[in-house]
Amino acid sequence: MSEASLSVRAIVIGASAGAIETLIQLLQPLPSSYRVPIIIVCHLPASEGDNMLSIVLARHCQLQVKEACERETLCSGTIYIAPPSYHLLLEKDLTLALSLDDKVLCCRPSIDVLFMSAADALEEELLGILLTGANADGADGLVAIKQRGGQVFVQDPVTATVDVMPRAALMALKKSHLSADAVENTQGLTRRLLSQL
Amino acid sequence: MKSAPLNAHRSIDDIEIELFIAAVHQKYEYDFSRYAKASLKRRILSLTEAHKLAHISELIPLLLYDDDFISEILGYLSVQVSEMFRDPHVFKKLREIIVPMLATYPQINIWLAGCANGEEAYSLAILLKEEKLLERSNIYATDISHKALDIAREGIYSADNLECFERNYQLAGGSGAFSDYYVSKYNYIHLHPELKKNIFFTDHNLACDGVFCEANLVMCRNVMIYFDKELKNRCLSLFTDSLVPGGYLCIGTKEDISFTTAESHYKALTQHERLFQKRF
Repeated sequence: MSEASLSVRAIVIGASAGAIETLIQLLQPLPSSYRVPIIIVCHLPASEGDNMLSIVLARHCQLQVKEACERETLCSGTIYIAPPSYHLLLEKDLTLALSLDDKVLCCRPSIDVLFMSAADALEEELLGILLTGANADGADGLVAIKQRGGQVFVQDPVTATVDVMPRAALMALKKSHLSADAVENTQGLTRRLLSQL
Repeated sequence: MKSAPLNAHRSIDDIEIELFIAAVHQKYEYDFSRYAKASLKRRILSLTEAHKLAHISELIPLLLYDDDFISEILGYLSVQVSEMFRDPHVFKKLREIIVPMLATYPQINIWLAGCANGEEAYSLAILLKEEKLLERSNIYATDISHKALDIAREGIYSADNLECFERNYQLAGGSGAFSDYYVSKYNYIHLHPELKKNIFFTDHNLACDGVFCEANLVMCRNVMIYFDKELKNRCLSLFTDSLVPGGYLCIGTKEDISFTTAESHYKALTQHERLFQKRF
């Protein structure tokens, strides 16, 4: 990996349709000593108060998994999940913030909202990953991360359960004359994550 | 010619946002400097886009020379879209645990801080009516946005969300039918005017105004999530000062009073619904 990867201070991940299996594949191999905090926005048709994703991921991951709380400071070795129906944002002081602002592209939580705020907060010290999904959320967010000097990985659409989201992101990057730092299947992306240790 | 060195820690957006907030504060009493920055930026950017402006700083002349613009700004920077009986399990617990205690007071004062378009105030009025307490209740529903307060006073809402309202009403333990409380016309529902007889929609700014009533219950849900720590502490101490000993505080289900200056004044009644009681 490039030298720049050593300075990654947070990883943001967006996923939608097909997310759970994909997230498990991607994150299960990461050891509990994994340094970089991971923040996930996932669209789930969940009713409020339902934290299924946190529970399922926690069963499969070695890292600590928790639902993100407002004003919480990012800690290493932890995976934060956006609570259902709330946007999740990252502030410059690396605390998490929640919002009930309007849906973005019919989504709340919105991947774009997390990605854009994190891009602002961390600039080149951010890594964004977009996985399987059936809409275009996350595309603008990935562009924002790239524009601020961060890195972006996109799940290879051919290997995604639903390819709409990764394809939309690759298209949006291309339109902005940018490209992803990696386009791979989950095993490939996991290997890259492990090299961030 | 060599270009001047840039301040590497500031993006142009950040500079513009700070100037805009300062301009708002210098012209009016509204101080958004203690709002959480990431959400605030999104809101200011959407206001900028709505006016088809290329830069945030172009909002400043509008603010300075158009006296009507502030109400639009407040609309963008403060108002929350809400729904009737949002988080119905909270209203259910209010009904089960808090209302019987409120019933022991001859007069019940409720402060609903950050009432936005009023859905929560009407939800509360319905709940109190069903528990036969509305007549002796005063609901002080406050917000900084005049626009929102005007909508709240009208009590007219889009029927698009009717299904959600009805479901919420049932889950909240409603003893009748939600349809008992409105007439519908042209895809709008008009809540019965009698519901607002005891609601006082009033202008109040949590960032600078003081306590104005002695409350038995303070509800402030999903408002403080937009504030920084200092402003959140200010709000909580306003609520603490406003509440009678043994009074109740209800905050958003994802909010907390742990690690705030107010923590020691309260005991938690239900963790999931975030209901607290001020200590005697």
